[in-house]
Formats: sequence, C-alpha cells, structure tokens
Amino acid sequence: MAWFRKDKTGLTPQEKKNIPEGLWTKCKSCGEVVYSKKMEELLWVCPNCDFHFRISSQKYISLLLDDGYLDEYDVNLSSQDPLKFKDSKKYSDRIKQAQQKTGKIEGVTSGMGKIGGIEVSFAIMNFEFIGGSMGSVVGEKIARAIERAINNEIPLIIISSSGGARMQEGILSLMQMAKTSALLAILAEKKIPYISILTNPTTAGVMASYASLGDVILAEPKALLGFAGPRVIQQTIGQDLPEGFQSTEFFLAKGFVDCIVNRRDLRDTVIKFLHYMWRQ
Amino acid sequence: MVEGPFLEFERPIIELEKKISDMKDFSVGENIELNGEIASMQKKLNKLREEIYTHLTRWQKVQLSRHPRRPYTLDYIKMMSHDFIELHGDRYFADDKAMVGGFAFIDKQPVMFVGQQKGRDTKEKLYRNFGMAHPEGYRKALRLFRLAEKFQVPIVVLIDTPGAFPGIGAEERGQAEAIARNIRDMSRIKVPIVIVIIGEGASGGALGVGIGDRVMMLEYSWYSVISPEGCAAILWRDAAKASEAAEALKLTSEDLMALGIIDKIIKEPPSGAHNNPDMAAVNVKKEILEALDELSKKPVEQLLEERLNKYRKIGVYNE
Repeated sequence: MAWFRKDKTGLTPQEKKNIPEGLWTKCKSCGEVVYSKKMEELLWVCPNCDFHFRISSQKYISLLLDDGYLDEYDVNLSSQDPLKFKDSKKYSDRIKQAQQKTGKIEGVTSGMGKIGGIEVSFAIMNFEFIGGSMGSVVGEKIARAIERAINNEIPLIIISSSGGARMQEGILSLMQMAKTSALLAILAEKKIPYISILTNPTTAGVMASYASLGDVILAEPKALLGFAGPRVIQQTIGQDLPEGFQSTEFFLAKGFVDCIVNRRDLRDTVIKFLHYMWRQ
Repeated sequence: MVEGPFLEFERPIIELEKKISDMKDFSVGENIELNGEIASMQKKLNKLREEIYTHLTRWQKVQLSRHPRRPYTLDYIKMMSHDFIELHGDRYFADDKAMVGGFAFIDKQPVMFVGQQKGRDTKEKLYRNFGMAHPEGYRKALRLFRLAEKFQVPIVVLIDTPGAFPGIGAEERGQAEAIARNIRDMSRIKVPIVIVIIGEGASGGALGVGIGDRVMMLEYSWYSVISPEGCAAILWRDAAKASEAAEALKLTSEDLMALGIIDKIIKEPPSGAHNNPDMAAVNVKKEILEALDELSKKPVEQLLEERLNKYRKIGVYNE
C-alpha cells in the first residue's frame, strides 16, 4: 500500500558549491583537513592524496594561458528548448537556473589565447552548468573552436568535464558528437595538434567523441573517466565494481590516457607537447 | 494468422484476426457460405487497425521497435540480399556477436553490410548480448568500413541496439575511444554510406556505426540520445516513467524527420514490420538501392563535403 511510501516530488536541486568555502577544507577523497588559504595556493590539489578539487573555468584560464588571458568568442550563443522538454522541471527553467548559478550563458567557454607564446584555440567545459552536459550550444562552441584551429592553423586545446550529452535536447545532443568528431577528422588531416585534457568527471557522450580524440590525452589524477557511469554499469552487471575502476589511473593502465598530469604541471606539460608537435 | 507473442495494444487486432480465421475454417469445414460476413469483419479489422496505429503513442512505437517478432539485422540481410559472407573479428581482441557484417549482393549491387544483431530466444539473446556491442564490435565495424573503402564497395548499416554495452570489459577495452574513433573515421570513409535504423537506435551505441550520407528510419523505430528507461531513471528517478520520457525525448521517425535529423522515413507494412517482414524488407531494399544509386554518381570530394555539412549544421540555438 501506498500510505507509507515516501512522497516523491522529483529531483530536489542541491546547490553544489563551486569552490568549498570556509576556513578549513576537508578533502573529499582522503578526508584530510587543510587550511583553505593553503588549498588556494596548492591550486585546490590535496597535499595528502593529490585529489584534484573542481575549480572554475576562469581558474584554468589563468593557470594555463599566457597572462591568464582568453580572447573569448561566441559569448552570446545560448540554448533554446527545441523539444519543449519537461521532466520534474522545464528545460528552459533549468537553463535559467544554471545561468544564475554559474554566471555563464552555457557550458563551454571558448576563444583564442597563447600558451608559452604559441597561439591556440582553446575551449573549456564548465561542469557546474547542467553537469557539463553537451547540447546544441556546447557542440556548436566546440565545433567553432575546432574550426578556428583549422582556419587559423593553430593548435587546439580542450579541457573537458562532462556527464555526457544533454538529455533535454534529445537527438540534437547526440548529433553534437558527430558534428565535433567530424570536424576533428579535418583538423587531423591538416596535421594540426589537438591536446585533450580530461578533468573530473569526463564520461559518456563527451568521452565518446572529442575528449577521446586528442593527439595526446592528458588527465588530472583521480578523475572519473569512462563511457558509462558507474551506477549504470553496476545495475547492468549486478556486481560491485573493482577498486579504482574508471579512474584516471585505471584509464592510463588500460591504455587510454597518455599522461596523468598534476594541475600545477599542466601548463608546462602542454607547452612541452606543443614544442614537440607544432612548428609555427 | 499471427503466431507468437504480441503487445497489449495489439490484442484487439489479434483477437479479431482469430475470429475471422475461425469463421473461415468454419465456412470451409461446414461448407457454409459466409463470404459476406467475413468481408465485413475484414473491413472492421482494417478500420480497427487503422484506428490503433494512427493513434500510437511514442512509447507504443518504442514497444513496436522492440517487438519480439520484429525482423533483425540478419533477417533483413537474408531477405534483401544474396551471397552474404559474414566477416568476423576486430583483429585485436575478439569477434563480437552483437555486431555483424560482411559482403553481400543486393540484386547486382555489391555492398558491405554492418549492423547490430539481437537474439530471439533467451539463448540467442545471451549469445548476441542483446544487441549491445563491446569495443571489439565497433572496431570490427571500422575494420569492415575500411575494407569496403579499399575495394570501393558501398556501405549499408542496419542499426538496432539498446545501447553500447556498459560493463567492466567494455570500459577496460575503451568503449568511449572505440565509438569516438568510429564517429570521426566514418565521416571520412571514401565510399557511400547508407544508414537505416530498423529498430532501436540508442545513443552512442547507435551513432558509433551511424555516420553516413543518407540516414533513414523505419516507421516504428526510435533514435535518441538515451533510452526512455535510462532517461526516466536519471531525470524522473524512476525507470517506470519511461513512457513519459519517450514523449519528452521526441524519438520517433516522425520526430526526427521534423527535426531535420534523418532524410527519410521508410514505411512499414500495416501493423508493423513484424506482421509482414517480407514487405518490410522490400521497402528497405528499395530505399537502399535508390540512395546508393544517387550517391554513387557523386565524386568522392563532394560526397565527403556533403557528409560533413550534414552533421556540421545540426543544432538549435540563439546567437
């Protein structure tokens, strides 16, 4: 009977903090408690276990690009609601909330910048924006970033973090995988380097398209990487998953990542690769 | 008369069909003339069928796409072509039974067939892993695409999958990488590629063999970013809300035609492909041959440029 069943009213949105606040920060991975100011200095990498906290796309831009400067493109690209999608919430409301929460219009920030003096086309996904999910706008912005690399003959760098394709745009989201990957084929034919950087988490539709197609693939330590989410796999096979399954380290061991790179070494590593792969 | 399992909304049709068949038997057995009655019942049947099938919900169409008697990839290959030679293995790891492929002739046209294969009984379902391919399946498919390209044989892909397999082995062997590579490389394969979604077109599992010059869907097939059950489980937190998710996802052939994603809907026989597989195969074969005929006239550069543009322009946004 239903009288003792818990009343379900759909998903209750939980405000996730972009950066943990407060004087002290507890590591989500090992439980170590660190002075927050110290964490800021450490670029939000746990000094005990190397767990990489999620940081904002702005932080990555300052970390990676010369003078921390990105000449941003396609700033005003925004989502429509082509399917008039509604679950517990209207998709159009979900977008508005994500915009308010993140201060961003969509899930990707992209443009042109320099790394070690080398001009690059750069794009970074923002996981805080509906789980970094890829709908038409994310796909289009990534596609244009690839085209800027092709047209200007400059290397492409994409930092991914995504739960996959955005369900609320249905088939249109799926087709963004095709759009971006097809353009990467052209980039590859032109022998222009593409460095794909995976951060926590990168899965599903994004992992099964451009994130996996870098000439070199770098990943931050202890990120969740994979095709299917762990919960889906668990339910499908009806077993517990092995320790460390679908981590960066697992991905490296299985041969799908070139290097595990600590955030503080990311810029230097990218510059090194560009020196090997790119002669201006 | 239809034998075997049927869907709940098919029941009134099946029952009426049985009545007509009984009446025919009675008429013959007792030598009583009942042609008038039979004809009027037949009329009623046609009307009933039309009523039910013109008002199908999206969820009912999804159920039709999974009908236990629906023709599968190898059924279509058998009905549409001759001298099929199946090719096996990805040359790296294994032969994935959920993904089949090989050379065949459709009339006089040689083609390379590739597609997911489902099983009909429990044993066969397990053997085919329910039509859910592992990375080796996608890598086998790419090997066959390359083979076809090398010898200038056009490619026909028949898609029917509830998804790429989500499992430990699949992750260990790089399911995401295999699908990503296929999507990228298919976009540049230098022979015509015709895609037909014959049943289920679930997400990356479908798209991993789904890039082509012509994309067509059978009337009662579906194609989307996620299965209705998967979507319901995530957004509604309840897989039982699949019918609502199916409505929201807009995943039918009509929806995709309206969204400009596919090039054509291939009509199914009355009451669906499972009620007349031969007729379904005739329709599919005709469309494949027409598409190949048209595509084969294009120079390779034009073919590839149009293929890229086909996907490049997909997306709805404000600027």
